[in-house]
Amino acid sequence: MLTVSALRRLHVSASFELIDGECVALQGPSGVGKSLLLRAIADLDPNEGTVTLDGIPRETVPAPAWRKLVTYVAAEPGWWADTVQEHFADWERAVALAERLALPSSCGTWPISRLSTGEKQRLGLLRALVLRSRVLLLDEPTSALDAASTASVEAIVADRVSTGTSVMWSTHNGAQARRVGSRLFTMASGQIEEHSL
Amino acid sequence: MTYIQLDYNDLILPAFLVVMNGALSLALQLRLEWQLALASVRMVVQLVLVGYVLTFLFAAVSPFWTALAALAMVLFASREITVRQKRRLQGLWTYGLGVGCTLLAAGIVTTLSLLTQLRPEPWYHPRYALPLLGMILGNTMTGVSLGLDVLVNGVVRERAAVESSLALGATRYQALLPVVRDALRSGFMPTINGMAAIGLVSLPGMMTGQILAGVEPVDAVKYQLLIMFLIAGGTGLGTLAAVLGGVRLLTDHRHRLRLDRIANEKLA
Repeated sequence: MLTVSALRRLHVSASFELIDGECVALQGPSGVGKSLLLRAIADLDPNEGTVTLDGIPRETVPAPAWRKLVTYVAAEPGWWADTVQEHFADWERAVALAERLALPSSCGTWPISRLSTGEKQRLGLLRALVLRSRVLLLDEPTSALDAASTASVEAIVADRVSTGTSVMWSTHNGAQARRVGSRLFTMASGQIEEHSL
Repeated sequence: MTYIQLDYNDLILPAFLVVMNGALSLALQLRLEWQLALASVRMVVQLVLVGYVLTFLFAAVSPFWTALAALAMVLFASREITVRQKRRLQGLWTYGLGVGCTLLAAGIVTTLSLLTQLRPEPWYHPRYALPLLGMILGNTMTGVSLGLDVLVNGVVRERAAVESSLALGATRYQALLPVVRDALRSGFMPTINGMAAIGLVSLPGMMTGQILAGVEPVDAVKYQLLIMFLIAGGTGLGTLAAVLGGVRLLTDHRHRLRLDRIANEKLA
């Protein structure tokens, strides 16, 4: 279980729990601090407060190891090499998942410079999925996708949730929030409020 | 060993070549005449002053005055490194990293050559220590400033890539490795280019100076080779120290990118 207590980053503050195998949807207007909250949980920015995973404080875990357990996926992922497969430690392991995201197995050799925004978004998610993290912090993971690709992303994340992965899913789409989430957090003025779905 | 001595009158005719450049600037409306005049006056004043300062230092042969002159050179080099940066680190680190790395690299390499190769008496004799330090410092400064500039700009430009890598569990060194490689390449490149072109495209100033002063060319070459090896070592050491130091300053102990430590950098 992920426990977030009095977490503060700039104007954002939050306290909540995320149990194993649960997906919580996060909604709120642009600029309200959804990305700041997700990034703070992953410890990507300086922040205050207490975050624990199964009772183990985040500070006692080396930061790289923490982010392999609690993984943030940006809406616009970045790329540091020329081709897709260079971004994966073991591309062969990723191929099966790529096909489930409607990406052909040959996409490993695709140059990054020729990827569409939607392909980048799915491949960005794929990089996180191969880590088999305990918690996925998804920042608008389908904002650049068509309906079919969105359905494939929702299906693959639902599978992960069913096997115990906890997910926090930021979205502007109310229907999607209801589809993917068992609870809904709305954010206003940097504070979160919980709603049942 | 003989050399043809010049007096100040001998410099008047060559100075007219600079005046000719000024006239060209006026005729072609390049608007460089004031800059050219200012740069020429600065050059003359600085070189004449340094001539007197070196004469004093060579006569004094004092460890205090030699160290003071060396410190002044390092501080000027550090200022030069800072003003060459498009984006600067905040606070004391703006100067601290440049001073630290140039002092470390140029100091170690100069001291090494004085103690093991040249062995003047005393070992800190300013006639040897200061020209050596000056040549090593000039090149180390170029390497450090290029390396830091490419590092800081690269981190800002590649922020999304670096943060994606960090988010997937990379350490700060793994995430910044592509930018670090670019920075180190940029820092080393002028020295490598200089080494490749030397003797074919350019005759280095120190070697030319020694030949004009009457030293046999083969002996002048030996000195030049020593200097080039020292420059390569100093530049490599200084650039590596500056870039790795820059990586530590642009990240923190939790392997987070800290672009807020760059002056005037707006953050999302």
